[in-house]
Amino acid sequence: MSALAALPPWVALVIGVLVFAGALLACIGSFGLLRLTTFYRRVHAPTLGTTLGMYLLLAGTIVFFWAGEGRPGLHVILIGVCVTVTTPISLMLLARAALDRDRRAGTTGVPAAETPDPEVGRTGSKR
Amino acid sequence: MIASLATAAILAAQFLLLLGMGMAIIRMMRGPRAQDRVLALDALTIDGMLLLLTVGIRTGSILYVEAGLIIALLGFAATAAFAKFLLRGEVIE
Repeated sequence: MSALAALPPWVALVIGVLVFAGALLACIGSFGLLRLTTFYRRVHAPTLGTTLGMYLLLAGTIVFFWAGEGRPGLHVILIGVCVTVTTPISLMLLARAALDRDRRAGTTGVPAAETPDPEVGRTGSKR
Repeated sequence: MIASLATAAILAAQFLLLLGMGMAIIRMMRGPRAQDRVLALDALTIDGMLLLLTVGIRTGSILYVEAGLIIALLGFAATAAFAKFLLRGEVIE
C-alpha cells in the first residue's frame, strides 16, 4: 500500500487497471473450469488466465517495479516466458493422456485411434 | 485518492484470484475423473502464482516474484509428471 502511494497517481492507476483486468481474466478462466461440461471443453478454459490474464498482470508488475525501483524486473519476463512455453506442453500431454484413458475405457464419442499403422498397433497391444 | 483507488483495485484483484483458486479446488474435489483433478491442480498453481505477484505489488518486494517463478516451474513439473502417470501408469520408465 505504501509502495503504491509513493508512485505518481496515474502510474498507480495504470497498475491497478492492468492487475485487475488480469485477475478478472484468470477468475473467468477458473469459472469456465468449474462450469463447462466435458473434459475436452474444460481443458481450454484455464488458458484464458495463463495467456492474456497472466500477460496483463505481468505488465502491471513490470510497470510497478519500473516506476518504483527504476529497473524492470527481469524475473517477471522470465515468468512470462516459462509459463508461455510450458502451458501448451503440459496441457497437450494431459489431453493426450485423457484421450488414451477414454479409449481404453471404451467411452463413446471419442475419436478412434488413427488407422492401421503397424507401429501404433504394436504399441497399443503392448499396453 | 487515485492511489487509494489503485490499492482497492489490487485488493479486488486478490479477491478475484482467491475466488478462482476456490473454484479450481471445487473442481478438484468434484471432478469426475483423474484428468479433471490434474487440470484443476494446474489452474490452481497458475492462480496461486498470480496471487503471489499481486502480494509482491502490495508489499513492494521483488522476492515474491522469484517465489512465483519457482511455483510456476514446479507446477509445470507436477502437471507433466501426473500426465505421464495417467498415460503410462508410471512416472519414470
